Amino acid sequence: MHSHVPYETFLHQIAGFLGSFYLVLAVMNAFAALVIWQSGRDKVLFRLPISKLPFTVSMAWLGVSIFFTILAPIAFSGRQDWMEIISLPQLLRSGVNRAMNPTIYSVGSMVLLLILFFLRKYVVQPPMAWGLLNLSALLMGMSLTDQNFAAIVTKPDNVPIVGLVFLLGFFTWLSAYQAVRNDDRLKQGLGPEEKLDDEKVLVWPDLVYTELICMVALTAFLIVWAIALQAPLEEPASSVKTPNPSKAPWYFLGLQEMLVYYDPWMAGVVLPSMVINGLMAIPYIDFNKKGNGYYTIDQRKFAYLTFQFGFLVLWVTLIVMGTFLRGPNWNFFGPYEIWDAHKVEALNNRDLSEFFWIDLPDLVGWGLSRPKAPEGSSEMMKVGYAIVRELPGILLVIGYLTILPPMLVVVSKFFRDMFIRMGFIRYMVLTNLLLMMMLLPLKMLARWTVNLKYVISMPEYMLNF
Amino acid sequence: MASLSEIIRESQIWKSIFRHPMPVDRRNRVVVMLTNFFLHLHPVSIKKQGIALSFTWCMGGVTFFLFLVETITGVLLMFYYRPTLEWAFNDILALRDVTSMGILRELHRWGAHAMVITVWLHMYRVFLTGSYKPPREFNWVIGVVLLLLTLLLSFTGYLLPWDQLAIWAITVGSNMARATPFLGYEGPGNQLLNIDGIDMITNASDARFGLLGARFVGEETLNRFYVLHCVAIPLAAALLMAIHFWRIRKDGGISGPL
Repeated sequence: MHSHVPYETFLHQIAGFLGSFYLVLAVMNAFAALVIWQSGRDKVLFRLPISKLPFTVSMAWLGVSIFFTILAPIAFSGRQDWMEIISLPQLLRSGVNRAMNPTIYSVGSMVLLLILFFLRKYVVQPPMAWGLLNLSALLMGMSLTDQNFAAIVTKPDNVPIVGLVFLLGFFTWLSAYQAVRNDDRLKQGLGPEEKLDDEKVLVWPDLVYTELICMVALTAFLIVWAIALQAPLEEPASSVKTPNPSKAPWYFLGLQEMLVYYDPWMAGVVLPSMVINGLMAIPYIDFNKKGNGYYTIDQRKFAYLTFQFGFLVLWVTLIVMGTFLRGPNWNFFGPYEIWDAHKVEALNNRDLSEFFWIDLPDLVGWGLSRPKAPEGSSEMMKVGYAIVRELPGILLVIGYLTILPPMLVVVSKFFRDMFIRMGFIRYMVLTNLLLMMMLLPLKMLARWTVNLKYVISMPEYMLNF
Repeated sequence: MASLSEIIRESQIWKSIFRHPMPVDRRNRVVVMLTNFFLHLHPVSIKKQGIALSFTWCMGGVTFFLFLVETITGVLLMFYYRPTLEWAFNDILALRDVTSMGILRELHRWGAHAMVITVWLHMYRVFLTGSYKPPREFNWVIGVVLLLLTLLLSFTGYLLPWDQLAIWAITVGSNMARATPFLGYEGPGNQLLNIDGIDMITNASDARFGLLGARFVGEETLNRFYVLHCVAIPLAAALLMAIHFWRIRKDGGISGPL
């Protein structure tokens, strides 16, 4: 929960930062306009009516710059009536809060990334990407006047994650931009752009000076950051006062989010180990010789999509959700919602064995009942009964990991080719790693659609899966 | 008349330190890379495309630089910090309120966050350019271990301020170890490890206990994490970094189209 100061005080606190934020955006856009104007590649978008004067791309960005220049003093004022103009409408904010839940968030980010991927030819074009950057920055600025949003985003330890999101956006764009250009060239039978310049240069001065400049810039950046933002220091440690929510360090919040769907032995031990092992295995299971040393998507689509799914969707978006959208009791909260510790979420999840032994017989009229060891039976008997009870889940998991890989070879030409080129062991390692990765999204889907709790549920042996 | 800088550069002291003349001409720019300890990590010449910022993003270098920043600020912080229940929190408090140069802890903490991010971005770039492909497979594996060590460095450091944020983040994070299959007190299969009906895996002998040195995050944990954070993990990381950089050279230098 955040302890909130009065709204007017809050606006005054945020005014300085927000005003500077808009000023920076204004300068950035003015600079972009200048660069385009000077490059001599300025294009006429349309002619103004009556005067017939040309309206060019650089003038458009100059317009954006002027827009942000106007927002800046409004933000600096810190006055409630003015700030309302540059805030997201309350109606929209409560709409977002109501609509948001883990399903919408996860599926939404997945769909958004897929759209970006399929439209990459258009999205990576610099004007488009620059526009998207401006829009996301504007959305961020207009959200910062919301006290709940600001409280969670400006928490000192969360600031790096905001930075991470923008950095990842930028670098994903930068790589995709170069990949799209290379893919175009490769289609025409030309080599990648990286190959155009085969020239070698001396490390002194070309690289050594780049490194020096990087170091100086980074030192300056760190010092500014350190002065502007104080490191968090809360009350002294107390093992009896449990904060709610209790969160792991931010880079582990994706794992903590997995705890919603899997027990700690899976979410905290097995799956993270699989992530590490899977990463290490990449060079040995990627047999594709193309795409070595240059940016490309078309030449290694499968590797690209798999990695992006694992990194951007399963790792980063879950961290963002765990940090910004999970509040007390690990309940889900919208980005503009107050963290209410008394929010109650109904939990009516059921195990697969309950579906099989209780719901299914009811449905078809069989006289089955869930196996239960009789009173006073031996340990071995109890284990036997538990295994029979959970047999549907056990068979499902074994089948998932052992039958699915060969089945893929039979039904899909893509996997058949892969099998032929990789051989049995490498193919099984690859498919099992993929299937392990898919365990999380599959469990999520099962939870959201049929409220599945555990596929295998043996709480008596702490083996819930 | 010789200028002052010339006099200095011609002096016996200067010449004994730097084994090469100023790198102002082509020959000496080659020589400097070969004779200077800090520079010999680099090759003499390099593909122009390979050092283009849009290609490498400089993230590996930035990560290494942040490691150096963390080492220097970390050593300075150790002057002011005692890892005991009595002093840990108060020393951090004093560092903020009393000690001069009051941004030391900020530099260390923000540098650590930044390092986690830059390590990820470095891995991201290496993947997207396919630079892990032969002959660089093994260097990618070392990189993954370094990524893990970076996270562990950050995790162990998170506890040291000994405030509420610290112990509960570590409690939540280390609770997972309790559920390790076979070796965790609450993990599946731990019942199998017993001798004559006596459990081998208890809350005082399981994986979590090994990590924390106690049944809960306490003084033993603080000491353990302090040693891991300041000595063990940095040494391991430094060794692996040395191999990582050496392998870049041995595996054909900075990556580029074949």
